Amino acid sequence: MNTVLDANELVLNMGPQHPSTHGVLRVILKLDGERVTGLDCVIGYLHRGVEKIGENRTYAMFAPYVDRMDYVSAVSNGLGYCLTVEKLLGVVAPPRAEAARVILTELNRIASHLLWLGTHALDVGAITPLFYCMREREEALKIFENYCGARLTTHAFRIGGLQYQLHEGFEEQVRAFCEMFPAKIDEYERLLTGNRIWRERLEGVGILTVEDCKELGVTGPLLRAAGLAWDLRKAIPYSGYERYEFDVPTGSRGDTLDRYTVRMEEMRQSVRIMKQAVANIPSGPIMAKVPKVIKPPVGECYVSIEAPKGELGYFIVSDGTLNPYRVRVRPPGFLNLQALERMARGALVADVVAIIGTIDFVMGEVDR
Amino acid sequence: MKVVQFLKKALLFDLFEGLWVTFRNQNPKNIYTEQYPLERPPVAERYRGAPRLNLHPQTNETLCIACDLCRIACPENLIVVGFVRDERNRKQLTHFTYDLSRCMFCGLCEDACPVDALELTQDFELASYTREGQIWDRQMLEEGPRPTRYTS
Repeated sequence: MNTVLDANELVLNMGPQHPSTHGVLRVILKLDGERVTGLDCVIGYLHRGVEKIGENRTYAMFAPYVDRMDYVSAVSNGLGYCLTVEKLLGVVAPPRAEAARVILTELNRIASHLLWLGTHALDVGAITPLFYCMREREEALKIFENYCGARLTTHAFRIGGLQYQLHEGFEEQVRAFCEMFPAKIDEYERLLTGNRIWRERLEGVGILTVEDCKELGVTGPLLRAAGLAWDLRKAIPYSGYERYEFDVPTGSRGDTLDRYTVRMEEMRQSVRIMKQAVANIPSGPIMAKVPKVIKPPVGECYVSIEAPKGELGYFIVSDGTLNPYRVRVRPPGFLNLQALERMARGALVADVVAIIGTIDFVMGEVDR
Repeated sequence: MKVVQFLKKALLFDLFEGLWVTFRNQNPKNIYTEQYPLERPPVAERYRGAPRLNLHPQTNETLCIACDLCRIACPENLIVVGFVRDERNRKQLTHFTYDLSRCMFCGLCEDACPVDALELTQDFELASYTREGQIWDRQMLEEGPRPTRYTS
């Protein structure tokens, strides 16, 4: 950062307490009047050393901690971790567990996108969608609560499958949600898509091209909105995603409005996947044969899944003992946040708020 | 077209349309507010809340066999199990402490318990005035929390 300031340049701190920086992100804006000429992100205010904790816990013990990285989509975090350790051990979860995992992670994708939509709209100035989104999110969280007993940090999956049997009425609840939810997406679209203020605030703001995304490692809805149909559920299917039919929505302009439409369409596709998955949940065991004491052979592996926010990867090195030698997490939010500078350069201060909202990061996973 | 627009304005059409949206959402079925201190919200059967050490329903003796598995399973290492050996060399539970202030309710201790003695229950009112109050001893774990009820 340049310490000797140009007379016309104004340095402004945004955050870490700013309500629209979604947690504790601090952005140092360099302004020319109202235009942003550059910015620096300061992260680390929510650093809890999750990766280091992983080195001091056994494999099973570390599972609740990964829920606390991206606490908005704890189920996806747990799925990624369990799949990685399963690959190290060489086990595959039974089909019934896989189907339940798909349903729960897709439900979690909807819950995560709903929170994103509500807060993003709130940042841009529309308060009503937040309440509408929270209303439907409640229904999704109720299913989590009924299934595993927690709403946010669920700890729903275990290494090798599931701990809990699907509860009585699980399928009916999921089906009722799938019936109810598409009409609610239409309701949000009625509130926002045609709204003039919404369009004026989002159209052409924070444009990110496919080349930028590839350069910065940006994944998830941001990459798809730029026009590349890259979805790990299609590209490298895991947990039985190859069995389900769904489309990968893409945008064309790569601006904030495109990212909004892509995420709305993703929610519809999630409902589609859930409908297919709940229609035939195979019967059988829910837990693969996993030794009581998990001790993977010496080796390392990387598994990535399509979390609601992008590619979520775990790199685990095992030295053959009870604890992992190293757990490295590749969170989507951390890499997507890098694009903030490129998206916000030349924009107005008010647009920075919209761009921060559209990246959809959670500081818990950025800092870990 | 002008006449229609004029009539819409004169008869406050937009106002009634907006109020219709408001009243449509007044259906008591759609009210999500929980009157918490007055009514305790129902929690799921599998809710992971306050821990409890179960007693045998008939003999009223503890089910815990002091096997120490919950302490080993706990990621935060917050359980202390105390036991003595009786004359037949069997473990007898003497004390059991559970530090709720560090608990993250992951349920691993519950899963580890071989005799269903330790269980996370549906109680969720766990506040206390002191830090020491968060460290539950055996008596507290067996009796469960007794939060003050401000309603009859």
